[in-house]
Formats: sequence, structure tokens, C-alpha cells
Amino acid sequence: MAIMINELTRIIIQGFTGDKATFHAQKMIEYGSKVVGGVTPGKGGQTHMGLPVFNTVKEAVDAVYPDASLIFVPAPFCADAIMEAADAGIKLVCCITDGIPAQDMMMVKRYLRRYPKERRTTLVGPNCAGLISPGKCMLGIMPGHIYMPGKVGLVTRSGTLGYEAASQMKDLGIGVSSSIGIGGDPINGSSFLDVLALFEADPETEAVMMIGEIGGPQEAEAARWVKEHMTKPVIGYVAGLTAPKGRRMGHAGAIISAFGDTAAEKAEIMRSLGLTVAKSPAHLGEAVAEALAKKPARKKAGSR
Amino acid sequence: MDIHEYQAKELLANFGVAVPRGGVAYSAEQAVYRAAEIGGARWAVKAQIHSGARGKAGGIKLCTTEDEVRKAATELLGKRLVTHQTGPEGKVVHRLYVEAAVPIERELYLGFVLDRKTERIMLVAHPHGGMEIEEIAHTEPETILRQVMEPAVGMQAFQAREIAFGLGLPAGTINRMVTTLMGCHRAFRDLDATMVEINPLVLTRDGQLLALDAKMSFDDNALVRRPNVSELRDHAEEDPREAQAAEHGLNYVALDGEIGCIINGAGLAMATMDMIKHAGGSPANFLDVGGGASPERVAMAFKLVLQDRKVGAMLVNIFAGINRCDWVAKGVVQAVKEVGVDVPLVLRLAGTNVEEGRQIIAESGLPIITADSLADAAEKVVAAWKKGKGN
Repeated sequence: MAIMINELTRIIIQGFTGDKATFHAQKMIEYGSKVVGGVTPGKGGQTHMGLPVFNTVKEAVDAVYPDASLIFVPAPFCADAIMEAADAGIKLVCCITDGIPAQDMMMVKRYLRRYPKERRTTLVGPNCAGLISPGKCMLGIMPGHIYMPGKVGLVTRSGTLGYEAASQMKDLGIGVSSSIGIGGDPINGSSFLDVLALFEADPETEAVMMIGEIGGPQEAEAARWVKEHMTKPVIGYVAGLTAPKGRRMGHAGAIISAFGDTAAEKAEIMRSLGLTVAKSPAHLGEAVAEALAKKPARKKAGSR
Repeated sequence: MDIHEYQAKELLANFGVAVPRGGVAYSAEQAVYRAAEIGGARWAVKAQIHSGARGKAGGIKLCTTEDEVRKAATELLGKRLVTHQTGPEGKVVHRLYVEAAVPIERELYLGFVLDRKTERIMLVAHPHGGMEIEEIAHTEPETILRQVMEPAVGMQAFQAREIAFGLGLPAGTINRMVTTLMGCHRAFRDLDATMVEINPLVLTRDGQLLALDAKMSFDDNALVRRPNVSELRDHAEEDPREAQAAEHGLNYVALDGEIGCIINGAGLAMATMDMIKHAGGSPANFLDVGGGASPERVAMAFKLVLQDRKVGAMLVNIFAGINRCDWVAKGVVQAVKEVGVDVPLVLRLAGTNVEEGRQIIAESGLPIITADSLADAAEKVVAAWKKGKGN
């Protein structure tokens, strides 16, 4: 099953004809993803990589029936691109671009809520590596070959640290059901909690690894949800033990500004709520292996 | 990006926030001139550095004569102020703000932040100003007043009234307070701020509401569309290496340790630093070379890291996803030859074409220590650093 994307997912790319989008579209097609076209305003009617280009997302929806859109447009135009995809009724939108103003994201999140739940768009990112359901579909910029198909869900803020986790797992013969990069921005589309809820409902996922970082309340919020609602084991890690207060560590959201923002505090909250926490970033794979061996470590909430 | 108090006051004044009369000064003479220009008989001479708690550090002086203003200004200019926000090295004062001192009846706290939980602009207010809000949140969280703004319509007057009455302000000042709050919110929204803090906002004995201190931070991602804000950047307040890194599209943060780091990806960079700590070392910096680690970028990264004299060993950790390891390895070899690395260098390559990458390193004949995994890399670099120190 996997979550969010699978072998049937039809994909369009916004900002299709740019260099980066072209490069990654090629990689996605080689991986087996169903890329069915793209949008570049002003280039509608042309063909790019043998696929149709449209002026608007609505035209693309009418012609090629996409389920998902991958956004590569420059940061100042991303909010507009996301809202256009949402208005055209695309169910899943993933935005790779880094550098979107936080207030743009605030407006985007508000805008997404104007549609009734059954036709509301799920946004992943921005500032993320995208999604992959190994062996089925890749919607993003990750190296597909490091992911082995399997039964562990992976949700991370960072792209490269997600690669590290996936390759450590592969070395131990552990595969991934889906890997979702939620991105490093302070305001992002899907939270850890949103993704955990999908993994909990996915029959093919048996355990979940969640890798967070300093800054923001999402890891703690997700850990509380795990304790109350999740039946599958969750293994956590929080990067940034050595980060000083008040300094932005690369990602716009990776900054310690309030109580509970540090890596140590978040790891402690995870532990206190029953999650397994990997003892170092070199033990991500091992921690998953141990949790799988011990399974079922968690009982259904309320049952005895 | 942060700005100075006087700059924040100028911006906020344009949005209807009342501030005491004042002027910026770069010399003692200019400070005296400002005091005369402002008039009155009491002035505050305030050091302009990007930090709070300047008063406690001796950066704010109350004066009653022009001679005192001159003396205070002479003393402050060029002085290194150390607060809990500047770190032990402190910050040198290059600019002063001379301001009319006002008779204070009450001090209040106002702060607008981008709240990550609600993902909206939030106003935080407290009836006692002057203290740090973190401290209040810790000691008496129930006394903090909050309002969350709906992004589609922005702050509404009723929200400002609720805060004004909630703070127990006298009836005659409520409208003034509503103007102040609405003005701060508009400044926050229209200038892409991430924080607007007025601490304290004072009620004077003659019934005025004035921003006695003001602090603003801005969203770096939005500066391209706010030229009037980005021109307020004070390069003297920034670490020169961080500024240099930013010019080359690299993300660099200077830290206290001895092991220099070059890594691709912010999350992997933080995790690698965690591993160095686990292995008994301490990172000298955070540095994300980004996805396309081209030879030029890698060379620039080496230069930046090695400018830090504390660096006793270096760790380069690249997880080549889109890049290929052979290409990254060529970049590292080129950078090492070009820059000249005189400390032990540990290189960990992972991902696409890793064997070819290792072969390039081996054939280069350079004294590069290679590592297979994250743990291996951290242990080797800490060992090399300890050996270099001679213990």
C-alpha cells in the first residue's frame, strides 16, 4: 500500500521546463514514476521531454488527470503555485523549493483550509527532499537506489539525514514502506503528526522512524499523539545536540528559541512518552532493527 | 536579520507607534548635539548593539547635563559589551542612540511573534514590563495575555481592546493603546518581521504611551522583497566569516569547538556534529555546502573553516544523492591542493559511485583519512585531533 504515493500516482511538475525540474523529472521517470506532464505559464502547447506542457494547472488537470504535483518554481512564486494546485483540485502537492517567506506559508495554510475536507490538498514541504514509496513511485529529489522496499515508514525534516537513515537500514536488510520529507521550514504543509497518522493506518507499515531536529513544537506534539493513538512502534531521533541557542542551523526552522526546542529536551519528551530514541545518528538503523525484534512493544491505546 | 533599537523605533513610528524623541550618534560631539536638539533636562544615552539586557551590561546611561552626555558617549563608544545574548566575546559599540528620558508611571510588555504552534502571528502582552518574557512565562505563565491573528483579515480592533483592558490601562489611554497594537501588527505583517518586541512600553505620568525599547527581527527569506528593511543590515554586528559564507551561498555558523566540519544538508550536518560530540570532540562550526557540492563551493568551504585558528582537525561528510561521489572526491582533492590543509582531514563519502570516489582519494596521494560510516568518521577525526594536540 504505502502512503501518499504508489505505482498508480500520476504526477505533473510545476516549473517543468527549468533545469532542475528537468533533471529530477528524468530521474523520477527512470525510477518508474508516472510523470504525465507539467506546467510552465507561457509555454503551454509545447512538448518537453516528450510530455505536454500547460499554461495553468487547471488545463493540466483537464487533460492528463494528475493526482500529485511537484513544485520547483522559485521561492517568491511558490505560494502562488501551491494555491493554484490546490484550487485545481490536486490531492497531493510537494514543494521542493527552499527560501519561501514564512508569512507566505501562513497564507498558504490558511488558503488550503478553504476547501472542504474531502477535496482538500495535502501539502508536503516546502524545503524538503520529497516522498518515495520504494519500488513504486518517487516524487522528489532523493537518490532512489538507497531505499529498499520494506515495512518501515520514515518521516524526516532533513533530506540528507533521511538518506543516512535509509542507507543504514538497507545495510541491515531493513526496507522502507514510504519515506516522507516534511522539510526544514518553521511553517510546513504536513507535520510529523499528519504523517504518523497515515503510517498508523497503512497495513504495510509495521514501524515508523521519525527524525526531527531543533526548533518548534512538532516533534513533541507527534510524540504525545504516538502515546495516545499509535499501535506501531515508533523510533525517534532529534538532531542538533551541539546547536547553540538563537542561531539558525541551516534550515529556517532549525533554531532554538523557546523552552522545549533543544534536541535534548525533545529526545527526553519522546522517551517519556514511550518512543525508542536512537542513541546517536550512527545508530538509526540499529535502533529500528532492535524495535522490530522486540515488536509488538506498544499495545493499542486503552487496551490491556 | 536583526536591526538596532533606533532603526526599529523609526520603522514602528511610521506605523503609528509613539516613541520618545531621539537621534543616532556616531561620536561624543554628535551625541551632545543630539541632546541639545532633543531639548529637556534628562537624556538616556544608549549603546546600539544587537542584544537585549544592555542596561544590565552598563550600555545605557542616564544623563542630566550635556557634559554627562559627552562623558557617557565617550565611555560607551568602542566599549565591548557582554550580555547573556552576545556570548562571552561581547559586542563592540559603534553607534549610540540619545533619547529624551521620560517620567515613567507604569511599564508593560508587548511582543508579536510568529507562533509555530498555531502557525499564525501571535501577540503576547504582560502588565509588567522590563523583565524578559521567558522569565515571566516560567514564573507566572497564567498572567500572560495572548491574541492570535487570523491571516486572512489580520488583527482586529476588538483584539487590541481586549489586550488594552486586560492590561488594566486607564480609560483615557485605551484608544492610544489600540493604535499602538494595530500599528505593531501592521509593521510585522507588511515588513515580513518574525518578531516585534516592545519591552518596556511605558505609560508616562502625563498619560502618554511610549515605546521605550524596541526590537525587531526579520524573515531572511523575505528580505528580497523588503529592500527598505534589508538596507538596515549592520555588517559590524555579524560574524565576518558568516557574512562571507552567505555571499557564496553557504550556510556557516561559528561555534566554540576544535573540529572543522563540511557537510551536505543541514540535518546531516547537525547529526554529524552530534556524532563528534558522542566521540568526545567538539565541532568548530556548522557548515552546509548544499546539494550541488561543486569543486568551487567545496574549496570555498575549506577556506572558511580553516580561517578559524581553533580548528585542529577537519571532517568532511558528504552523502552524495544527486551528486556522484567520484565528482565530490575530485572537488575535495582540488580544494585540498588549492587551499592547503595543514590539519588532519577525515573524509566520509556515501551514496552514488562511492567506490570510484574512494579510488580517486587513494590515487591522489594526499594524506586524507577515509571513513566508511558516520561513527567511523567521527571517531577517526576526534582521534586525529587528540593526536595533533599531543595527548
